[in-house]
Amino acid sequence: MKYIDEFQDPELARRLLDDIRATVTRPWALMEVCGGQTHSIIRHGIDQLLPDEVELIHGPGCPVCVTPLEVIDKALEIASRPEVIFCSFGDMLRVPGTGRDLFQVRGEGGDVRVVYSPLDALRIAQRNPDREVVFFGIGFETTAPPNAMTVHQARKLGIGNFSMLVSHVRVPPAIEAIMSSPSCRVQGFLAAGHVCSVMGVGEYPELAERFRVPIVVTGFEPLDILEGVRRAVRQLERGEHTVDNAYARAVRPEGNPAARAMLEDVFEVTDRAWRGIGVIPDSGWRLSSKYRDHDAEHRFAVGGIRTVEPAECRSGEVLQGLLKPHECEAFGTLCTPRTPLGATMVSSEGACAAYYLYRRLDLPAAKAREASPVV
Amino acid sequence: MCLAVPGRVLDIEERDGTRMATVDFGGVVKEVCLEYLPDLRVGEYAIVHVGFALQRLDEESARQTLELFAELGMLQEEFGDAWEMAAAEAGVEPVTEAPADETPVAEVLAEEVRNR
Amino acid sequence: MSDTTDLPAPTTLDIEAWTCPAPVRDRPRVVMGHGGGGALSAELVQQIFAPAYGGDVLAQMGDAAVLALGGARLAFSTDSYVVRPLFFPGGSIGDLAVNGTVNDLAMRGARAAYLSCGFILEEGVELDTVTRVAQALGAAARTAGVEVATGDTKVVEAGHGDGVFVNTAGIGLVPAGVDLRPQRVVPGDVVIVSGAIGVHGVAIMSVREGLEFGVEIKSDCAALGGLVDAMLAVTPDLHVLRDPTRGGLAAALNEIAAASGTGVVVRERAVPVPSAVANACAILGLDPMYIANEGKLVAFVPRQHADAVLEAMRAHPLGADSVIIGEAVEDHPGMVVARTGLGGTRVVDLPMGEQLPRIC
Repeated sequence: MKYIDEFQDPELARRLLDDIRATVTRPWALMEVCGGQTHSIIRHGIDQLLPDEVELIHGPGCPVCVTPLEVIDKALEIASRPEVIFCSFGDMLRVPGTGRDLFQVRGEGGDVRVVYSPLDALRIAQRNPDREVVFFGIGFETTAPPNAMTVHQARKLGIGNFSMLVSHVRVPPAIEAIMSSPSCRVQGFLAAGHVCSVMGVGEYPELAERFRVPIVVTGFEPLDILEGVRRAVRQLERGEHTVDNAYARAVRPEGNPAARAMLEDVFEVTDRAWRGIGVIPDSGWRLSSKYRDHDAEHRFAVGGIRTVEPAECRSGEVLQGLLKPHECEAFGTLCTPRTPLGATMVSSEGACAAYYLYRRLDLPAAKAREASPVV
Repeated sequence: MCLAVPGRVLDIEERDGTRMATVDFGGVVKEVCLEYLPDLRVGEYAIVHVGFALQRLDEESARQTLELFAELGMLQEEFGDAWEMAAAEAGVEPVTEAPADETPVAEVLAEEVRNR
Repeated sequence: MSDTTDLPAPTTLDIEAWTCPAPVRDRPRVVMGHGGGGALSAELVQQIFAPAYGGDVLAQMGDAAVLALGGARLAFSTDSYVVRPLFFPGGSIGDLAVNGTVNDLAMRGARAAYLSCGFILEEGVELDTVTRVAQALGAAARTAGVEVATGDTKVVEAGHGDGVFVNTAGIGLVPAGVDLRPQRVVPGDVVIVSGAIGVHGVAIMSVREGLEFGVEIKSDCAALGGLVDAMLAVTPDLHVLRDPTRGGLAAALNEIAAASGTGVVVRERAVPVPSAVANACAILGLDPMYIANEGKLVAFVPRQHADAVLEAMRAHPLGADSVIIGEAVEDHPGMVVARTGLGGTRVVDLPMGEQLPRIC
């Protein structure tokens, strides 16, 4: 596919790697913010190819992983109702709430459907006027505009049986929270390219300046990621800390103004709990009062659901980069993609699952544990 | 997050008051909402996520990026200078040519990109 | 951390307090993934069916069982077919019902002789639909050279089925000297795949997900008995064959690695993935290695026979695009590892359950 195949060329990758090797003189810890980048890094074995000095810390940019347990429980409650058709991206069906997941709800008779686009859910609502159609609106700034447009269309077209359970999250407050943590080891960020395609880069100079950390807007193909690393390392070696755009073909400084305007109309900024992490101020979006009629939390009165997150999983430390997935005692034994302890093991782009799926080979300790599993 | 893929617009039409396009993803065709890129034209490429075109892809930027990668090998000894990056970002043609015997794959690729 | 949304927002993160909940471990009910051909399916068999049935033959856990009966060795297999839509580009549930079972027998080296065919019909389904399925099934059987010898029909109330379900069972003779099973795989064996992967699954998905293709993507559904015969004519000493259906190439290779106790290395760039399959997978966030095939096989062949077997496969219409994709190795026993295009490695795991489009 054009714009993908060219950016996977092994020979160009070698050149980028040579350049990084020639540039780096001491250890640096970079965080790739986006789970899509984590997936690509592990999928292509990029972390193995980088010089030892460059450590990639997998950030909290997997919307599936960070959607709070409480919201999952609300989704499960709504999806269980007989009048409801519950529509979701495929990723969310495996994410455990308290005691069960959406697959289980479907097994119990709930009408849970996987859709490719939120507009598909809206069409389902149009075709089933006697049913309540609820869409699970999760994701970062990339997914928020499609979801916003869908709610906007529902209102415009008067599709009264459509509502959305919204749990959107925003990247810049997460970067701020990570950098504000006293134990933070992150020295540079590969910012999420597709988030910036929508939002532009305007939110980042202040963060780069305040925390004196380079922020390189980075794409998702192997060459894009290597270029992000190369530019971040170059800045660090020179003692610089600016915002740099290494994904210029898809990111303009102003982002997508039409999408940003829609986001401001449909959503309002709110504090949001991130699963495994806790509340990050101003880090989420919820539907604005104008769209309250299409807010599933109100329609189904699930606001009262409050869920306690038990302290059994160290995924918070993993998301922060304080712990590598395989350093967790439960990794590969108590905690596997089949029996996940935490959301980072659930999503295929969660740091723990990515390690489990693709990195076990390099982890003798984890392998040894697997040979004599505890479960 | 955010699995988004580049696709090329095949045709555009209004449906239910919404601007929609059929978009070609390397031989796979899918319906895409164009409301966020209202001036996207037939033949242009955009990044598409969950059925929405979110940003126009800039061919010139892609070409420059790939050329920069192709030239990295020979500019290595001059690392520390930002001139090549600045030149690429400004759209200036690089002044040096790669030696003919070095890494033909990358050269062919860069040439292809230039000719596209 | 409790009631997080009621807590005052912290200005810095308290890492010590970061937590994550313990999720579902045991599912009290069947979920779709139990039929996905991946890890959940395997658990169902290992934890419920095998202990309940017992028996040495079942313990073979092959695509088909091989039974000694009256001095002959019979291959015996059964499979149920539930596919939506019933008719898809390149085939129908009728083609699948024949070819799936014929192929299960072929993977043990047997040429299918007789099939049984059971229909479970939903009240209200059009007889015209049943006719079309039956005709497709009959035509597929004739093409495969197998006879439908016995059958059964049941009807369930409207809403208790999905139109048409089909079950077939088949028997065939295993030629003397042929012993295809994963336990025979040894390090050094060459892994050959008989052509492009992922085509059937993407053809089905294209209908479900509203994808259209510039070049038509048709299911690769086909009976592989003839191809297997051609391979066995080179040497009866093939080690194992598998048709990578549900769970795709990844599941087939994992099952062989696990049962043989060898490692498997695959060169990712050598795996034939048509660009339409690769691009459809890119859009839906899927990995072609996990997509179902219905007319392909993967073979583990002793190194000294690899070239001749490959040549014979390429000479057969259903194996024209056969390629070597990797080999069995001593390292990482039971594990499948892919060498990526960039020169890194990754583990190719058994898929969890059904493949769903993802956004991230």
